[in-house]
Amino acid sequence: MATESRDVTEATETERELTMSRAMVEAIAWEMRNDEDVFLMGEDVADYGGIFSSTTGLLDEFGRDRVMDVPISETAYLGAAVGAAQAGMRPIAELMFVDFFGVAMDQIYNNMAKNTYMSGGSFSVPMVLTTAVGGTYNDAGQHSQTLYGTFAHLPGMKVVVPSTAYDAKGLMHSAIRDDDPVVYMFHKRLMGLGWMPSPSGPKTAVPKEDYTIPFGEADIKRPGDDVTVVTLGLHVHRALDAASRLEDDGIDAEVVDLRTLVPLDTDTILDSVRKTGKLLVVDEDYQSFGVTGEIIARAAEGALDDLSAVKRLAIPDVPIPYARPLEDEVIPGTEGIAETIRELHE
Amino acid sequence: MVSVNELRTMYEQMVTARYYEEQLQEEYLVGKQPAFDISAGPIPGELHLAAGHEASGAGVCLHLRDDDTVTAPHRPHHVAIAKGVDLKKMTAEIFGRKTGLCRGKGGHMHLFDPDVNFACSGIIAQGCPPAVGAAMAAKKRNTDSVAVAFLGDGAIDQGGFLESLNLASVHDLPVVFVIEDNDWAISMPKDRVTDVEDGSRRAWGFDLPGERVDSDDAVAVAEAAGKAIARARDGNGPTLLEVQVHRRMGHFMGDAEAYRPEADIERAKQLDSIERIADDLRSHGVEDDELDEIRERAHERVDDAISWAKEQPEPSPEEAYENVFTNPPATAATDGGNEGGD
Repeated sequence: MATESRDVTEATETERELTMSRAMVEAIAWEMRNDEDVFLMGEDVADYGGIFSSTTGLLDEFGRDRVMDVPISETAYLGAAVGAAQAGMRPIAELMFVDFFGVAMDQIYNNMAKNTYMSGGSFSVPMVLTTAVGGTYNDAGQHSQTLYGTFAHLPGMKVVVPSTAYDAKGLMHSAIRDDDPVVYMFHKRLMGLGWMPSPSGPKTAVPKEDYTIPFGEADIKRPGDDVTVVTLGLHVHRALDAASRLEDDGIDAEVVDLRTLVPLDTDTILDSVRKTGKLLVVDEDYQSFGVTGEIIARAAEGALDDLSAVKRLAIPDVPIPYARPLEDEVIPGTEGIAETIRELHE
Repeated sequence: MVSVNELRTMYEQMVTARYYEEQLQEEYLVGKQPAFDISAGPIPGELHLAAGHEASGAGVCLHLRDDDTVTAPHRPHHVAIAKGVDLKKMTAEIFGRKTGLCRGKGGHMHLFDPDVNFACSGIIAQGCPPAVGAAMAAKKRNTDSVAVAFLGDGAIDQGGFLESLNLASVHDLPVVFVIEDNDWAISMPKDRVTDVEDGSRRAWGFDLPGERVDSDDAVAVAEAAGKAIARARDGNGPTLLEVQVHRRMGHFMGDAEAYRPEADIERAKQLDSIERIADDLRSHGVEDDELDEIRERAHERVDDAISWAKEQPEPSPEEAYENVFTNPPATAATDGGNEGGD
């Protein structure tokens, strides 16, 4: 049933291409068809199909008992997902924007994430918390965060961040089948929405059959010898753009897509850094105490002697502002990534 | 109507729970006198004892089966005992032992027993949403099992509780919420935190039945809970109950209760639900000899559990790295961020 991860370039031309949202929904629908314990709940997931098209069409196939619109009451329904999961079901609960975690964090990090540990392993919480992340569309500080580091920091949650349709489907199959709580963070800009154009990268060939992508396996989206760029989510595509711009200058950047933060594929990062000696980490989360610092720490712990230069690009510890020039200033862009790679190469 | 056998069952659970708290109180103070150090002795950390709450646990759980789910708050022992949680493993957990319910990772506020679907947790109203979820699972699977969330009167202003009432109501879920009103939220009396003296009236705002049992009369609790649980089991939706109980031992061990009028402490001690249910049994013709026998059996069970727990090994330090996940990732460094890994 499961197939190994593979490079999307291997996909045959006869395979259809899907947007990331369609790929996610396809995996959810397959799992719901094959396991009666899987059900979905969230705000506007039924008739609307998810504000970011993360559940489009599921109501028609599965009905209201399995695709449940819930009150705007995140503490109640996320906590209910924990209770249903502990009772042996496999709920998928959507938090519309990750920024809303503030009203329900107790259920997320004290119950969902800790009950397995605090029960000494006698309870499991097999649920998926799906949530939309990211900015670049001028929605300001309460609707634009990624908060990757916040969720990856707190123990007990597996944290998944797809950047392509192929990865989104395989990671969703893995997430639903996993016996632990999985936070599945999808970037709004990558979903392929008619009203929020995606870059060209996330729409990929996607096999019709089900397949899993194991957690803890980063994907080298572009191999290169000169500089390692470690990133995730939307910034995989910005890093790939930056890398191709640098080709003509003879700079060969390697782009590592983390795909999962917990577990983290430290080996792939270290192998790449040992090869290039230069590391740039690009993140759409806040800079301090976050993903960039963690990746750099792991590189330093594991490959200090091979490192000659390190830099990071992230949100510079300010809330994400509304106006276009302000938001563009704080979210790392393709130009800035290219420039930083160039500096590292020098 | 509560039968005489049901009275016997409740009486035994109540005297078990009371004696359990009295014994834990003694064990807890070992190593903590004359200077009180919360981290010293065989039971470290906070300890919230439920003496005076027994009628609520026994009266509600009388109607529950192993496949029914219970979530309890930080003052959980009487509910756990009435729900049938393994007393030895529970005690070993409270003593922080390897063979405890949670392998020494939870302690007295975080007891998990999957065999009887019991869990408790330390944050106010935290167990309400998971109880709603257990009820949701029962309904989706077309079983007739129910869920009960216990909470204190200090929890009734918490969003998680109110949100849970709403979600349970709109989906007609088989769940019962039981407020144990012991008059005090640590040092805050009820009239200083809410203008609604009767907590069961919170139900009105969600179009749910709410009922208050004004005394900790186990029979009255059992009757009210019986109706509520039958209603849930029959698919007729949730109910909110409030039960008057009494706090006989302070908020937690070490609480000098300087904020509490002496008369209120005395009153709590005099209103004893256990004496009341003993009288009920006598009025049904049960002899004192039999009551003594039940009490002795209960005491022996508690003594055995405590002796057993104290003989159990402590967990080895490397076990701290286990159980972060049910399926630990292959890369050890990612399981909780420690080299130890599962």
